[in-house]
Amino acid sequence: MATLQETKQKMMEFTGDHAIAYGAKQAGIDFVAAYPITPQTVIVEKLSEYLADGMMNAKYINMESEHSAISAVIGAELAGARGFTATSSQGLALMFEELPVASGMRMPLVMAVAMRALSAPINIHCDHSDMLSVRDQGWVMMIAENAQEAYDQTIMSFKIAEDPSVQLPAMYGIDGFITTHNMENVYTLPDEMVSEYLGVRKPLYRLDPDNPMTFGPLALYDTYFEFRRQQHDAMMNAYEVTKEVFGSYEQMSGRKYTPLKNYMTDDAEVLIFAAASTVGTARLAVRKLREEGVKAGVSGVTLLRPFPVPEVMETFSNVKAVAVLERMASLGSPAGPHYMDLASAVYPQLDLRMYDFIYGLGGRDIDWTTIAQTAKTALSDAEHKRPNETRFLGVRE
Amino acid sequence: MAKRDYKPITKLSDLPEENRLVSGHRLCAGCGPAIVARLATLAVPDTPIVINATGCLEVGTTFYPYTSWSVPWAHVTFENAAAVASGVVETLDKLSKEGRAKDAPVIAFGGDGGTFDIGLQALSGALERGHRFLYICYDNETYANTGVQRSGATPFGAATTTTPAGRVIPGKQEWKKDLVGIVAAHHIPYAATSSIAYYRDFINKVRKALSQDGPSFIHVFAPCTFGWRFDTSQTIQMGKLIVETRIFPVFEIENGALKFNFKVPNPKPVEEYLKTQRRFAHLFKPENKNLIELIQKNTNENWERLLRIEAAGKIF
Repeated sequence: MATLQETKQKMMEFTGDHAIAYGAKQAGIDFVAAYPITPQTVIVEKLSEYLADGMMNAKYINMESEHSAISAVIGAELAGARGFTATSSQGLALMFEELPVASGMRMPLVMAVAMRALSAPINIHCDHSDMLSVRDQGWVMMIAENAQEAYDQTIMSFKIAEDPSVQLPAMYGIDGFITTHNMENVYTLPDEMVSEYLGVRKPLYRLDPDNPMTFGPLALYDTYFEFRRQQHDAMMNAYEVTKEVFGSYEQMSGRKYTPLKNYMTDDAEVLIFAAASTVGTARLAVRKLREEGVKAGVSGVTLLRPFPVPEVMETFSNVKAVAVLERMASLGSPAGPHYMDLASAVYPQLDLRMYDFIYGLGGRDIDWTTIAQTAKTALSDAEHKRPNETRFLGVRE
Repeated sequence: MAKRDYKPITKLSDLPEENRLVSGHRLCAGCGPAIVARLATLAVPDTPIVINATGCLEVGTTFYPYTSWSVPWAHVTFENAAAVASGVVETLDKLSKEGRAKDAPVIAFGGDGGTFDIGLQALSGALERGHRFLYICYDNETYANTGVQRSGATPFGAATTTTPAGRVIPGKQEWKKDLVGIVAAHHIPYAATSSIAYYRDFINKVRKALSQDGPSFIHVFAPCTFGWRFDTSQTIQMGKLIVETRIFPVFEIENGALKFNFKVPNPKPVEEYLKTQRRFAHLFKPENKNLIELIQKNTNENWERLLRIEAAGKIF
């Protein structure tokens, strides 16, 4: 394993947004089209600075909407570019129409999402309602806990998306303001190492006057279904490819990535399942719980799509209860999006009980004591065989 | 970017011999938009890259696993042809300089729905940013693909399935949007109108448009036999009559100055055009006589307005 010294990594002081922009620049993007939205703005501002200072060899277009931004990136990818964009909240909602188009046309563009609450009421702060609402549109999806992961996932996303057996778009999310705007230490790889790792994009198919092809045709009931089935197969390939990329990236960087980030799970009776920056707080909660004699662990999700079913099965195989932390309310649904993924993954093989806790909507803070209590509640409910109910943490009733 | 300079042609034999929108597509017999696409893609010797908004032209030519396009072609969604084209053009510029792709002229096609209405924002953005591409709006004055509903380009008085000629409301009650006026307000190098009945005018406008070092726009009149209810043999005749009645003025706006291409010295009355299509049949009922007078008045006023703009010289 290469050490940090050996790979000559440089430690930078970055906000999450800045780390993403830096990673995208190093990834050798040919094309950026974006539209500003808080708290994603720093990404596009930094990319603009790189362009203005001659530090980035990319075409950059400031679009007139998010819908047009992703449309232009799809156009760029059709013409053979390595394309990138970033958005948040209402911007992602406005892009929604193009999300299944990007995956259906098999365009391996990459998008960063500064995860933020959806209107109304309008709110600029963190929750996961935007990204989790688009989880079934054929994109490879990762979630980053901090600025370091945001940087690393920027580079890895291109590697996964452009793999010939995948050819799907990839998005990755970071917590709005909590991660997008906090200054952290980030180890960055040398430019040439990233260039060598990713190379230039070699599109399998593109708009080429010498080899004319038709992209985006009409396909009805006799052919449409097969297109979707092929996307499913590509998603399954993406699961293997992602694990390979985690491996090759670890070889290069020394930083280990896994679909699930497990902490003190080996002997745990109760798990806290969490995503993004909350995973770090949950680790603290688990350490405190362990001091009290509660055998708790954390399972944080890195790979959201394709959902890592084997890892979930392995991690959850010996636990009695799971407290699932959801930063999104799936209104009217039997449970939140993480819970539904997890329940589908473990049912009916595993004998455990899961309990859903909705927290932190619109950026409301969550502390380790509240998280620790969810583990105790889950364990107690499981012992009494109580059914799951949707519970809201820290809300005024 | 490599300079392109396509001189006007004088005869059809100046065009490439092969069809670039080939037969076998599923557009209607007598389809105006099909003529637009065929002429536009043949207009220059270089193989163009075509970006197509959702609409008749897209649906009717690319029924998977078949395609009628022998040029590179892409459809993404309805409202974003100009945005997609923006990405294509800028990418081709970069990658061709790096030897990673071949540069090509880019033509975006949108119908009136995809241009006047849902795609107007993306079009405006692309024109303002100044990408070098040609946007062609094939105007058949209706959402034909979804079954002939009203668009912002549907003319006053026309019956559509969402503005039917009823007992109380006699068809569409609003006038056609001045799209070329909106486009010209972006101060792009070249904007023009044309009608498919005048192929040389249209082809040479495409050639001039693709020679620009920036965005260009052509609003081309493309009759719809299905939506307007006229015989499939009469498409070209419709394209002529609308010009001969001065309802659809043919002009170009080059570097800010408007110039008429056809002055139409002896215009026919608008009835000559209106009476040919069943979508206007109700206008000929005695109680609607004033509506035809209104259309004639509006036509005259629009013509006079454009003459004043022409006389004013460089005003855009």
